[in-house]
Amino acid sequence: MSLTDWINKGRLKSPWVVHFDCGSCNGCDIEVLACLTPLYDVERFGILNIGNPKHADVLVVTGTVNHRNKTVLKNIYDQMPGPKAVIAVGACGLSGGVFREAYNVVGGVDKVIPVDVYVPGCPAKPESIIDGVVKALDVVKTKLGLA
Amino acid sequence: MTSKFLLALALTIAAPFIGGLVTGIDRKITARLQSRYGPPIAQPFYDVLKLLGKDRMVVNMWQALCPVVTLTASALCVFLFGMQADLLLIFFVLTVGGVFLIMGAMAAPSPYSQIGAQRELMQMLAYEPLLILVFVSFSMVTGSFKIADVYAYGRPLLPQLPLMFIVLGYALTIKLRKSPFDIAACHHAHQEIVRGVLTEYSGPNLALIEIAHWFDVALILGLCSLFWSTSALGAATLLAGAYFLELVIDNVTARMTWRFMLQNALGVGLALSVLNIVWQSFNN
Repeated sequence: MSLTDWINKGRLKSPWVVHFDCGSCNGCDIEVLACLTPLYDVERFGILNIGNPKHADVLVVTGTVNHRNKTVLKNIYDQMPGPKAVIAVGACGLSGGVFREAYNVVGGVDKVIPVDVYVPGCPAKPESIIDGVVKALDVVKTKLGLA
Repeated sequence: MTSKFLLALALTIAAPFIGGLVTGIDRKITARLQSRYGPPIAQPFYDVLKLLGKDRMVVNMWQALCPVVTLTASALCVFLFGMQADLLLIFFVLTVGGVFLIMGAMAAPSPYSQIGAQRELMQMLAYEPLLILVFVSFSMVTGSFKIADVYAYGRPLLPQLPLMFIVLGYALTIKLRKSPFDIAACHHAHQEIVRGVLTEYSGPNLALIEIAHWFDVALILGLCSLFWSTSALGAATLLAGAYFLELVIDNVTARMTWRFMLQNALGVGLALSVLNIVWQSFNN
């Protein structure tokens, strides 16, 4: 195995997640945090909830994007060093949800930054969020030309 | 002399693997103590490999320089330990590594990085006097600061310096970033002041700092083993016991303030040191 192979192995085994609440009702946020509890224990896959975009590999966004926080979302995305992936969680993150017609709402996360995986639900279940991270790893795999 | 050099070189090459493995076991046992399954033992290596492969983002040139110096200093410490050199020399090189880590964090204008750097300085203020006192007590027993003389002493140091082992335990807790003294950058709460002193380091630079931390783990375990230098089995038992106790303390205590750290680590540490050194000098 060459060094690149080792690094790619590391990339797939250690996705560090930064979680950004982009105006969510906290329903999805609680489900994201539930993944860290002993019941789901995402650390067994090497997933860590890291509070710092500069250390993170995966950006998990919950909630609708509005005109106030779209620059913050873009900023956090730009601060993450590549290779990186973005997961939109919940009905609001996907499309704006029930708030999509509101005057202050831009819409889903993909209106501002490129999204790799969409996790539906209102709120999304912890199981489906973990599934979303695993899917994101498949996306990274394809990006790296491994799949 | 050549065989000693080769041994030190081998130790320096093996040290990051030992440190990484200890960190991996640490994470697994911690998870079990919290009734979680925990990551694989090799997880720290996956993390560092991934970080090495990430895009390089630096705020300024200091951020590129400082992790390299920190890593070099930590590796040099382990090499000097392998050469059975002077304990004071190891101490000074260790300090240089710590200072450069802080300088890199200070070089970025981020408030999280700044406050993390200040707290790291507080941590150094707490553990450095304790470490020096441990070395002084070694020299009072063996008559020299050289590690070679500790090995030549022929008897374990632990019966004569039992309190100094507890003092080294305090320094170990602070240097390994364990609760209740993990105020500058925490291994568990990654959101806490956005990882403090590590906020602005990212990608390969963070990987270098993590590898430097593995060297430090190996060095500190090596220093602990000096308390029972006559028997490999004794040293291994001592290390395993001390590290497990460290993990239990890490899991049962909360993260405290820097005032608590200074009062507790320095207050208790200095008192224990004086007791042990006075008792030891009367014994001789």
